[in-house]
Amino acid sequence: MKPQTRIAQRFVQLGVLVAILVAWYWATLPGHVNQLLLPAPLPVFRNFWILFTTSSIWPDLFVTVREWITAFLIASISGCTLGYVISRSAYAVRVFDPLLAGLYSIPAILLFPLYLLFFGLGPGSKIAIGTTIAFFPIVLNTIAGLAYVDKAYITAAKSMGANDFQMFWNVMMPAAFPVVLTGLRLGCIVAFLSILGGETISSLAGLGHRIVSLAENMESAQMFGNILFAVAMAFIINGVVSFAEARGRRGMQ
Amino acid sequence: MNTEVKTRSAGVSGAETVIRIEGVSQAFGAAGDPRRVVALESASLDITRGELLCLIGPSGCGKSTLLNIVGGLASPTTGRVVIDGQPVRGPSPQKVAFVFQENTLFPWRTVIDNVKLGMAFQGVDKGEREGRAHESLKAVGLAEFAHHYPAQLSGGMKQRAQLARALGLQTEILLMDEPFAALDEQTRMVLGEDLSVLLARTGKTIIFVTHSLVEAVFLADRVAVLTARPGKIKKIINVEEGHPRKSNFMTSPKLGALRNELYALLHDEIRKTMTQRGEGGEHA
Repeated sequence: MKPQTRIAQRFVQLGVLVAILVAWYWATLPGHVNQLLLPAPLPVFRNFWILFTTSSIWPDLFVTVREWITAFLIASISGCTLGYVISRSAYAVRVFDPLLAGLYSIPAILLFPLYLLFFGLGPGSKIAIGTTIAFFPIVLNTIAGLAYVDKAYITAAKSMGANDFQMFWNVMMPAAFPVVLTGLRLGCIVAFLSILGGETISSLAGLGHRIVSLAENMESAQMFGNILFAVAMAFIINGVVSFAEARGRRGMQ
Repeated sequence: MNTEVKTRSAGVSGAETVIRIEGVSQAFGAAGDPRRVVALESASLDITRGELLCLIGPSGCGKSTLLNIVGGLASPTTGRVVIDGQPVRGPSPQKVAFVFQENTLFPWRTVIDNVKLGMAFQGVDKGEREGRAHESLKAVGLAEFAHHYPAQLSGGMKQRAQLARALGLQTEILLMDEPFAALDEQTRMVLGEDLSVLLARTGKTIIFVTHSLVEAVFLADRVAVLTARPGKIKKIINVEEGHPRKSNFMTSPKLGALRNELYALLHDEIRKTMTQRGEGGEHA
């Protein structure tokens, strides 16, 4: 792509953001939308900034991050392990791959009320929903990566005398790695989003909980500031894991 | 005829048989199934130590299948292959190395790491791999590209690298399955000449599958012509010309005459193959 085209694209993207900001500001002018429903940009940004200058958000942030990391770890370990086991047999792949793909299409958030009953209002139910939702892209990508390695590589390795361990470690793993990595990236992101969602539905602490209580207290400007914080966080997580994925891919090539 | 021809050319009395293909048949699909395809039918062939034998035949005649059976990557429906007196039951990496048509270099490893990995699979001591890898890369003219990734190489260089990986295994037998088929004519010519030089030096026993008439005559000591499916050995032609072969052999009347002979032998078989395809679908 020509650099000019890229710069032009950036300008358009920036333009859209500015337009939203202007529309937002216009909507909050006196006589338009009620400030309780939609606070003006400036107080929102002031509240957003306060989150960095004071430590008030730390306890909630800590809860959410811990839930998120726990859910991601459980989903990664179980998803990769199960994916590996299934990929070992062509029969298992034929049976379980469509089954898991089918289960993936069920909106897992519907399990959340059940998880609340099982694990209570605390972190347990959030970890459970995060794990459930992150598990599927991870297991499906692990199967896709390992079960569909180019046969030519396997034949070549076999002809040179590779044993089972060498075949897995030197051929299957690196060949599947980029696909598995994509699954892990998706899992990482959806775990965060579903945990935030779970917290807003029912919870005792966490970023989602904080946003809901601010809404209930009609602290609109603060609530929007916190939403902005969560959005920024999701944005950064996405950027970081995408970067890690790209690095991981390059490292294997 | 010079002595070099004698040492490499087949049919010389007293030459030792290394690979014995005994009545090998290969069928895909169960007996009685209307879709059953007999790819090979009782093919028998002896390959002499140090010779380069080309297998040529119409597509789908079972050339590659035969090669895979010799290398232990496939087992025949009937018949057997014996290498050095031992029946083949699976891959024998100590004796046989492959060069495949498609690029099977691992894209996540550099060229030299690919060569070394082959040796690791084969069981070469770690300390020995580096030196041997450099040697075989030098032999194929890729020494300067040792630390490139396969994606950074041209098609011809990738095939050289595959050859280097096979040479690094230091096997006596090399099985080459249309290694130059995906390359353009000019690259093939150069690689063919280089291969001839290289092979004259190493004295390996080689089976080379191709469907290029000129390539077959240019490289081979003997050319085995296969019939249309089910593949049988139709005729074996001797190419009595010493290695290494230079580019002037390419334009020699001798090569032309042999090429024409091959063409006459193959022509009917190719027609038959076309008719088969017209009647029933194509099978690999």
